[in-house]
Amino acid sequence: MATTTPQHTVEGSGPGAPRPGGSGPARIARRLRIDRRYLPVVGTFVVLALILAIGGVRYDNFLSVGVLANLFINNSFLIVLAVGMTFVILTGGIDLSVGAVLALSAVSAAYLIDAGVPVAVVLPAVVLIGSIIGLLIGLMVHVFEVQPFIATLAGMFFARGLCFVIAPESIPITDETFVAIAGWDTWIAGQWRMTTSVIVALVVIGIAFYLLHFTQFGRTVYAIGGSEQSARLMGLPVARTKVLVYVISGTCAGLGGLLFAMYSRSGYSLTGVAMELDAIAAVVIGGTLLTGGTGFVLGSVLGVLVLGLIQTIITYEGTLSSWWTKIFIGVLLLVFVVLQRVLSLRKT
Amino acid sequence: MTSSPSADRPVVEMSGISIEFPGVKALDQVDFRLFPGEVHALMGENGAGKSTLIKALTGVYGIDAGRIVVDGAEHRFSGPGEAQEAGIATVYQEVNLCENLTVAENIMLGHEPRRMGAIDWRAARRAAAEHLATMGLDIDPASSLGSHSIAIQQLVAISRAMVVDAKVLILDEPTSSLDADEVAQLFTVVRRLRDQGVAVLFVSHFIEQVYEISDRMTVLRNGQRVGEYRTSELDRLELVSTMIGRSMDVLEDLHVSTEHAVDVEQGATPYLSAVGLGRKGDVRPFDLDVYAGEVVGLAGLLGSGRTEVARLLSGADRADSGTTRIKDVPTRLRNPRAAISQGIAFSSEDRKSEGVVGDLTVRENIVLGLQAGRGWMRRLPRRQVDEIVDKYMAALNVRPANPDALLRNLSGGNQQKVLLARWLATAPQLLILDEPTRGIDVGAKAEIQKLVAELASQGMAVVFISAELEEVLRLSHRIGVMRDRHKVAEIVNSDDVGVDDVVELIASGGEH
Amino acid sequence: MPATTGSRTRPAGPPGLRNLTHHTLFWPVVALVALLVANTIFSPDFLSVSILDGHLFGAPIDILRNSAPLLLVSLGMTLVIATRGIDLSVGAVVAIAGALSLSFIATAPDPGSVSTVIIAIAIALGLCLVLGIWNGFLVSVVGIQPIIATLILMTAGRGVAMLITEGQITTVTSAPFKTLGAGFWLGLPAAALIAYGVYLIVALITRRSALGMLVEAVGINPSASRLAGVRARTIVWTVFALSGLFSGLAGLILASNVMAADANNAGLFIELDAILAVVIGGTSLQGGKFSLSGTLVGVLIITTLTLTVTIVGISPLVTPLFKALVVIAVTLLQSPRVRDKLAARARQRAARPEEVAA
Repeated sequence: MATTTPQHTVEGSGPGAPRPGGSGPARIARRLRIDRRYLPVVGTFVVLALILAIGGVRYDNFLSVGVLANLFINNSFLIVLAVGMTFVILTGGIDLSVGAVLALSAVSAAYLIDAGVPVAVVLPAVVLIGSIIGLLIGLMVHVFEVQPFIATLAGMFFARGLCFVIAPESIPITDETFVAIAGWDTWIAGQWRMTTSVIVALVVIGIAFYLLHFTQFGRTVYAIGGSEQSARLMGLPVARTKVLVYVISGTCAGLGGLLFAMYSRSGYSLTGVAMELDAIAAVVIGGTLLTGGTGFVLGSVLGVLVLGLIQTIITYEGTLSSWWTKIFIGVLLLVFVVLQRVLSLRKT
Repeated sequence: MTSSPSADRPVVEMSGISIEFPGVKALDQVDFRLFPGEVHALMGENGAGKSTLIKALTGVYGIDAGRIVVDGAEHRFSGPGEAQEAGIATVYQEVNLCENLTVAENIMLGHEPRRMGAIDWRAARRAAAEHLATMGLDIDPASSLGSHSIAIQQLVAISRAMVVDAKVLILDEPTSSLDADEVAQLFTVVRRLRDQGVAVLFVSHFIEQVYEISDRMTVLRNGQRVGEYRTSELDRLELVSTMIGRSMDVLEDLHVSTEHAVDVEQGATPYLSAVGLGRKGDVRPFDLDVYAGEVVGLAGLLGSGRTEVARLLSGADRADSGTTRIKDVPTRLRNPRAAISQGIAFSSEDRKSEGVVGDLTVRENIVLGLQAGRGWMRRLPRRQVDEIVDKYMAALNVRPANPDALLRNLSGGNQQKVLLARWLATAPQLLILDEPTRGIDVGAKAEIQKLVAELASQGMAVVFISAELEEVLRLSHRIGVMRDRHKVAEIVNSDDVGVDDVVELIASGGEH
Repeated sequence: MPATTGSRTRPAGPPGLRNLTHHTLFWPVVALVALLVANTIFSPDFLSVSILDGHLFGAPIDILRNSAPLLLVSLGMTLVIATRGIDLSVGAVVAIAGALSLSFIATAPDPGSVSTVIIAIAIALGLCLVLGIWNGFLVSVVGIQPIIATLILMTAGRGVAMLITEGQITTVTSAPFKTLGAGFWLGLPAAALIAYGVYLIVALITRRSALGMLVEAVGINPSASRLAGVRARTIVWTVFALSGLFSGLAGLILASNVMAADANNAGLFIELDAILAVVIGGTSLQGGKFSLSGTLVGVLIITTLTLTVTIVGISPLVTPLFKALVVIAVTLLQSPRVRDKLAARARQRAARPEEVAA
């Protein structure tokens, strides 16, 4: 993980040099505190490993490459949503609109393709729909100082309502080009199946990682989450950044809708209801603090995988009804939130 | 423009600056100039317009009239970013950095070295370390900022300011949370920057520090400039009278009223008696008696444990060792409520976050403590509320005299008075005041000092904490001396005791 | 001196008409009136009330009855938001209340008896109170942010509701239970009487006792309130408990309306509607000052809007679109930025009447 965490590397200062109030033990404590930032992510990793272990012990061929590959295939759209959500939550905001925007994008894709618009136009167009809604939300938050919760709530209602205006019924997608793109796959090392969606999701993760850690925009996102006022006084482009995170989240939701349309080969107005909760849960389980400023995009990906694995286990178990998924996710949220709380208490 | 700074041409010239807020003229035709290589103090009471002027110069506020010329070019800043580009860097009182980021990130944010478009973290850390080194700071750039003391954070903030090769460095109340050593460290850095030709604008409530560091000063009063002086040509008394615009009667008046000494009867029971009271990490176990009718001062530097003592005595923090006796009855003060029910009132040093309930009215703020004690079901009758509010607003001279004003709209001094009223309304027998006069103007300060003296003479027990030793000496009958989270000495105050004696006790740790 | 960077303090409104337009409830009330007028234009007898079988009937009565569950939920939500909190779990609690009461009645030997119904109601409300206490515990004792603390129950709660109904949509027939949602008393819908009764009681208690002020003090500055001796923790705990209880009551009314426990869809999105109602009513999500009358207006707007969409004959599925428009309109009009702009323009116009305002 060293590459994911550029600020982790310790170097550059005179070692052992005395500084006010910093003796040997204090230095060590400081080191530990740095590590502490990664503890929630480590926790997510442990949980992931634990679920895998439980699954591996209980069921034959659970620990197969196929199961893991499917985990990515079935959750690619959620990964993309969670990545976008991570940007927003890192600034201390929240985006409730992503589930509805995902549905709008999927419905639009199905509708446009059904209407005979070429796929090459449809693909960028529906992603752009997400960006535009994100932009409008961002402007509401920034220019009109509407609280993110309310602005994205309005965005959610707006997108969901539009879905029904466009298509009250489910529209199947039969276009050959689209189906070909959706159905394309490749095998890594002959065992790991990768679909278009998975590749898109991986690219999104890569871009997000680069943006957050290697651009000024990314550092501004963290700075705003740490203290918006400080970021502003530091002369950072707070306004632009705050609008941009919603554009990114909206774009991710638009892209997620496209992936969902590929996944389901249809567009239906009622898809993605309460999916924003899954995205938020994945981000929180992935170790990002809802107060902003702390967290990692890779943590959110791990969070999605944890949610996906719980679902897989319950499917494997057979006797457990589907509603146990929700209860498990709730319990897991509780555990992680309490863990974060304990960590932050120890820090002060 | 790369013209070298010359001592005879100001680097900043503000002329005829006016800024109006609804109903208030915050700045009225103010002129101000700042030369390279000088430390310039901006002086004035609260509400004089100091921070408004700074915010105009740093682009936080737009100006309604006047011109700002920086380094020969006129500017109209529409945001802090633009002022920074013009070479004006600011370090605010509350360190405005991000604790969740590392020291290096905080210094370099916005100016990170790039390699192929991406931030080059290795180079960024190296550059940060260099900047820290030029200021004589040796801290790990990769450590997270939140793990450092406020003083270090302040110096990191200055490092950040200097990354852009600022021509002007504004320090807004930089020393209010620092102890003496840290102030010295800060001043070393400031002098170094000054000698490099940086123009430093220094704002502080601490008059001694202003005399120690500044070359020149500008005094503001009521949004207008009173004058610009060489520090060496204006003595302290003149400065204070210029700032408040009236003679020092109030303060002298006070001196008379507290001169009489208290005589606590031999063998009397103290109102509160703490034995071995302590809390791990906050303050080592201490003994302290407070008698009715006396003011016990706590002297010590910031971080010496003086605030922690007050918090233990008032139940704001829970002690983990020792006992408290109220009128000889062992009592556990588990929370502020418990203390209040024992007649103990505690006014925190952190007025903004632990005192003021800004969006409630002055009236509601005054009765809050009393009402909380009664519980939500037994509401204070309206008539009684009005009586209490009228009484204390008049007694404490709260301005504006409007009980329906929201507390957040009052000045710092008046907010403090309202908080005092809140506590007095609970009719306490022991009043614990932690820095009640910090950051408020001279007039309000004198009024509060006078009130403390009066309350004690009427039989209230008072614990009084202040960073200003003169104030502690002026008011207290007995003084507990704190150092390094430890009560090191206790002395009986008299005319023979001076600031020097207390300073010596703090310095020596009470060991002669 | 705080280094605030926000906009400057806004002017206190001058007296007269502008004062009225600056009142936080002005635009919400305008929105409500506009809705009612639009309805009356569309169907002229919209506002008329008729008497049938000794009961009052008509659209206004429908609005009263339909608003009952949302009003109850919003009532708790207002108090929670005033203490700087938020309760996302109310929808799940609504579902649990319905599931538990109907499952109990369905398995009882005598579903139609009053005592069975009373026990069912008591059990359901009891559990909801416990759930509210659980939320309050997480927030006030463990110290978890309200939005996450209640997100936990929001996620797990529907699972629990499905656990109770075993994934079935439980349908029962029980006349006494049906009265709760569909019955009439004194000519008025029982549901409305219950909800508005509770509303009045809470409004009276918060303003006649010191509860309102203490809740606001805790919401504005929790640590200052604690030092002033306010039982901040108890107050926060109490409002979450109340929110759970009121949501439970709302859940019972909703369940009684349809006489079926649908764990998936009962109270779906009611938390969002409730938060909306609170915000439309002028209570800030930052906590502090709250307005119960504002919340009432917000609830009426949302209920009327939903009814309007049905009456006009648009698919109810499109309702969210209209909600979005109302939210955007009201929040934008309440936003300080727009208000300043409007005020500035008005000033300009007043100062230079000869110029046509741009």
